[in-house]
Amino acid sequence: MSQSEESVASRPEGRDAAVRMRRITKSFDGVRVLTDVDFEVLHGEVHALAGGNGAGKSTLMKILQGVYSLDAGEIEIDGRPVQLGSIQDARAAGIGMVFQEFSLVPTLTVAQNISLGVEPLSRGGLIRDREAVRRAREVFAEMEVEVDPRAKVGDLGTAYWQLTEIAKALSQDARVLIMDEPTASLAKHEADALFELVGRLTRRGISVIYISHRMDEVYRIADRITILRDGRRLLTEALADVTPAQIVEGIVGKEIEGQMSYQQRPARDGAAEPVLELQDVTAGPRVRGVSFSVGRGEIVGLAGLMGSGRTELARVLFGIDPLGSGSIRLRGQELRLSGPQDAMAAGIALIPEDRRAQGLVLEHSVRENLTLPLLGRMRRGPLLDDRKGRSLARDLIERFSIKVADPDRPVRRLSGGNQQKVVIAKWLGTEPAVLVMDEPTAGVDIGTKSEILATIRSLADEGMAVLVISSEYPELLAVSDRVVVLREGAVHRQLDRADIPDENHLQLAVQGA
Amino acid sequence: MSTTMGPDASTDASAAAPASRSPLGRVDWRRYIIYIGFVVVFVAFAVTLGDQGFLSTNNLLNIFRQAATISIIAVGVTFVISCAEIDLSVGSVAGLSSVCTAMAVSQWGVLAGVAAGLGVGLVVGSINGSLVSLLNIPSFLVTLGMLGIAVGVAQWITDSAPQPIRNDTYNLVFGGGNFGPVPGLLVWMGLFVAVGAVVLAKTRFGRQVLATGGNRVAAEFSGVRTRRIKFQVMLVSAVVASVAGMLYAGRLESGRFQWGSGDELSAIAAVILGGTSLFGGYGTVVGTLFGSLLISLINNGLILAGLDTSQQQVVRGAIIILAVALARRK
Repeated sequence: MSQSEESVASRPEGRDAAVRMRRITKSFDGVRVLTDVDFEVLHGEVHALAGGNGAGKSTLMKILQGVYSLDAGEIEIDGRPVQLGSIQDARAAGIGMVFQEFSLVPTLTVAQNISLGVEPLSRGGLIRDREAVRRAREVFAEMEVEVDPRAKVGDLGTAYWQLTEIAKALSQDARVLIMDEPTASLAKHEADALFELVGRLTRRGISVIYISHRMDEVYRIADRITILRDGRRLLTEALADVTPAQIVEGIVGKEIEGQMSYQQRPARDGAAEPVLELQDVTAGPRVRGVSFSVGRGEIVGLAGLMGSGRTELARVLFGIDPLGSGSIRLRGQELRLSGPQDAMAAGIALIPEDRRAQGLVLEHSVRENLTLPLLGRMRRGPLLDDRKGRSLARDLIERFSIKVADPDRPVRRLSGGNQQKVVIAKWLGTEPAVLVMDEPTAGVDIGTKSEILATIRSLADEGMAVLVISSEYPELLAVSDRVVVLREGAVHRQLDRADIPDENHLQLAVQGA
Repeated sequence: MSTTMGPDASTDASAAAPASRSPLGRVDWRRYIIYIGFVVVFVAFAVTLGDQGFLSTNNLLNIFRQAATISIIAVGVTFVISCAEIDLSVGSVAGLSSVCTAMAVSQWGVLAGVAAGLGVGLVVGSINGSLVSLLNIPSFLVTLGMLGIAVGVAQWITDSAPQPIRNDTYNLVFGGGNFGPVPGLLVWMGLFVAVGAVVLAKTRFGRQVLATGGNRVAAEFSGVRTRRIKFQVMLVSAVVASVAGMLYAGRLESGRFQWGSGDELSAIAAVILGGTSLFGGYGTVVGTLFGSLLISLINNGLILAGLDTSQQQVVRGAIIILAVALARRK
């Protein structure tokens, strides 16, 4: 049975394909990235597209958006063969994209962004801004969401950016929406609202291609799933017919279930040997009297909703924001942090949330990024000893199995998961006593995620005190020995891992029920 | 309305702000700092320098007249900066244009002179634009090089000698005469500001310039040909600067390579003072006009106050830094 017949087999009866891609093949510089991939989306269907980093998801979608040309294969939209030679072609054919890294102009208003490139003009050739606002209102009314079309995009929260992007695609008569990790920067209630919106859109016959690493979301909103691995299509199935374990195995190609479940580590007397102690830490409006401690070799998870003060607390610990009152002690010694240099010197490392913006100099090489916090150790007189830097970088690359052919290549070229490993490796090179990680696995695929979690465990085994800040409950439950729940800037509860039976329990604790 | 994200998200202060913003409650006063600054400085001078003739019609007209060429150049530069590029060559393009115009006017007459002046703008603008948009060379470097080239050419073809213009028609139309009761320079200034303001705020080209400057990738994905836009803003800037050069030639009845020298800095200062974002994405031509007027106003007041040139430069520099610091967001 050929692949395309097989995909027809799993298709629900009586619905036509909005998009059908057949035997798509694509190479870059002689390297095959897609081989004979079949992919189709029906009218009104939510079709999840999954695969590890480098599996070919984004290449396939960029072909559909007209960004890349295809080497072989064909694309049909509503049954008609099309050539998608440019972004404009794809848009005219009804393909809309909701970008992972948002693609709006922050200095323009919502309505101006929606009408960008297709502004309504008066007879004299001038833009009719009022008409643009009216049309934007219409689209938002159809979507049944409230967004002020006159607000400047840069002043709005990320949830509104996304709604604006969706509105922009819909206003240009998109029939197929590609959503790439759409919930990555949304709070839970915002994500829920997005799922409801997706439901309303599909009922009107609009199709959605949904790319996400989050399994629960895929099960919640998708009808079918296609998994790519190494540039080939592995399977297309109705979600009712596959288990999460099958999907995970399909993506990473090996059984890694174990990594994502909690592993009982040798008992720690964290309380007896506290490394980091916080006493009534107060700073700014968001952190109001936080007290807890992290012991040697202990992993403490920090949970809380957006705005609960999680990230702000991390910034205080790393000396970025000043401590208002209270005390931070490291191995019993009170710290006075007037900047990240002090925190680093004391032995605290922070792996920031937005790794591209805060953790890496994207244009610099892997080696330069890895050795940036270590420059002090590479000195020979007033000059830097490059040879020492090279060997330090090599050690780190090996220790964290970073996939890079040449340490002198820019970090920008690495996949998201490998970039994250560079950030982690970079800070661990300083051999800190306390490691603070803010959303350590945001935006990486499940294979890399489990590697990162394994790294966290082994660091703790070596005696490091680790504080993991995360909004992903499965991840917190997988590594934490203890979970501290923050609410409105203060410790709401502290739970031993053994006292948390499941994810729901933790979620209830976080939401304060 | 079955579901809205609005009420849900109201806990998030930043997201909820725009919805609850009243028209006057949260006006971004930084955006209007130039108008506030203009009024404050004007009133201060009117009070302290009223006796020295600051408020006389003639003096006020002088302020406008001195602002005219700078503000015309600055209109073009507003487009460039809104697009997140820079043009350092405008002053020397004005000088080269004044020289070429003067030579062509004396040889072949007014029309040839106008064509020569505009030709300078078109040629320089096309070269700047091609290097920036096709070869991706930063505009800072391209126009820094062009600054030297244009001045050098102007000096070379004239042997550094002034080129007098004895054609009264030319001198009258291009800045030397009055149109009715109004000085011609002011009419030119009004024309460029009005056209520039409408083009930037109300046409598709202007919107695409702002989009390219605000987020080039987003603009590209929205179907804006950002390379072409970058080419066009560099072209516009050079052509506008060449017109300013022709006005120098008309007002001073000669072409000289020194005309316009240093104007690029005044023009950039005027644009930034006016509220256009140095990082692109937001621009206002009317703000630019007031930026130029403010600089001219300060110059005028300091002269009346009896400060010498060196002191003027210090005070002017300090005022510009202060204004930009106040206009800075966050």
